[in-house]
Amino acid sequence: MINVEHLVKAFGPKLAVNDVSFSVERGEVLGFLGPNGAGKSTTMRMITGYYPPTSGRITVGGHDMVENPIAAKRLIGYLPENAPGYADMTVHGFLNFCAELRGLQGDARKRAVHRAVELCFLENVLYQSIDTLSKGYKHRTCLAQSLIHDPDVLILDEPTDGLDPNQKHEVRGLIKRLGESKVVIFSTHILEEVEAACSRVIIIDRGRIVASGTPAELKARSPEGKLDEVFRAITLPDTVKHDVHHEVHA
Amino acid sequence: MNSWANIRTIMKRELAGYFTSPIAYVFLVIFLLLTGFFTFTIGNFFERGEASLVSFFTWHPWLYLFLVPAAGMRLWSEERRLGTMELLLTMPVTNWQAIVGKFLASWLFLALALALTFPVAITVNYFGDPDNGVIFAGYVGSLMLAGSYLAVSCMTSAMTRNQVISFILSVMICLFLILAGYTPVTDLLSRFASPVVVDIVAAFSVMTHFEGFQRGVLDTRDVAFFASVIGFMLFVTGVIIRNQRAG
Repeated sequence: MINVEHLVKAFGPKLAVNDVSFSVERGEVLGFLGPNGAGKSTTMRMITGYYPPTSGRITVGGHDMVENPIAAKRLIGYLPENAPGYADMTVHGFLNFCAELRGLQGDARKRAVHRAVELCFLENVLYQSIDTLSKGYKHRTCLAQSLIHDPDVLILDEPTDGLDPNQKHEVRGLIKRLGESKVVIFSTHILEEVEAACSRVIIIDRGRIVASGTPAELKARSPEGKLDEVFRAITLPDTVKHDVHHEVHA
Repeated sequence: MNSWANIRTIMKRELAGYFTSPIAYVFLVIFLLLTGFFTFTIGNFFERGEASLVSFFTWHPWLYLFLVPAAGMRLWSEERRLGTMELLLTMPVTNWQAIVGKFLASWLFLALALALTFPVAITVNYFGDPDNGVIFAGYVGSLMLAGSYLAVSCMTSAMTRNQVISFILSVMICLFLILAGYTPVTDLLSRFASPVVVDIVAAFSVMTHFEGFQRGVLDTRDVAFFASVIGFMLFVTGVIIRNQRAG
């Protein structure tokens, strides 16, 4: 479903993503793991068509993201990092706007908004403006936006960031459920999350894939069978000086 | 039709954005107060004893210089600050649909502000017998002028996430567009430059092209000038938005 080949993204002399290749099929939940600034968000921004890649190729459902972006973007639901939303809109207005841009009209749009609201438990804040929402609700509003057109591909950048433990649990459950029929790629730096929700893990460090496999396979690499030991062994802490790789914010 | 549906959706949201915040109301009140003040007090509307709106339209290039960038400065910088630009541009819409949709929304808003000045047109018709064709041409010219300034603001707001910077840059560029054809400046320029150079510089000015409308002349060259300023500025906006992400 998603095919990524030799993906490179350079910001000036800095290589934020350096030769990343992988593919994901329907029914898989792929976890992107990595320290801050490893290139997780940049990779996701390229897959969703926000950043054009410096080189390499991305196809989503057979559509090339660079050559045929509209067809590729239609298949994707995307939750960007920090869950942005139009501050002055109500949750209801915002979801309707997103549904309309997804080409949903009339009754189909009403049903889609209703379904997304139910999935993300937004009934209580439906007519509240987004800038008055708590972080958890704001996050779920943006998540609802990504689900509104029932996409085949879900790309979620830190979907549980800023949620309380109950909400985290719910979102993980949701990701797992959705992953049965869709392709889900999500990034995180919380290791338990990976074990709880992923069928496959890719660990990225300084723009490169340093490990990939099922959570069980990765755990087997450590003598005690702990994922965080594997993680620490193969990624460098960002306090270590390295010359080219820094968090890149554009 | 699909692209028009996207443009309309984006336009609707943007326009609603003006009215859900105090921006729209503050803007409309200040715009109407200032047009009234300039027309009647500084422009001596009544003392002129003329059945025309010259004293109304003359001030528009200067009034718009500050008001239009104020209305347009948030267009893209707000989108960047909130991070919603990432959301918008990963939707199945093209860059130009988003740019045109946002631009049209603001232009429509400015058109509304301009339409609310209808009492001056009524006043002049009540007291005298003006040429309403000239007044109509004046309104068309004023709307084109506002659109040109707005396209400039659209471009400057795409350059930065800071609305203040966006505002100041936009005022500076619009000021250049005025001054290039402002009589004191062209007089000064003609002292040390050949008339051809003066004419070329003046041709870039909105003043030269706005005057025609005020005399009631709908010259296609003037319309083409404003249309091409709008087109060019929106094109540059597109280039800026694309390049920001290219790294």
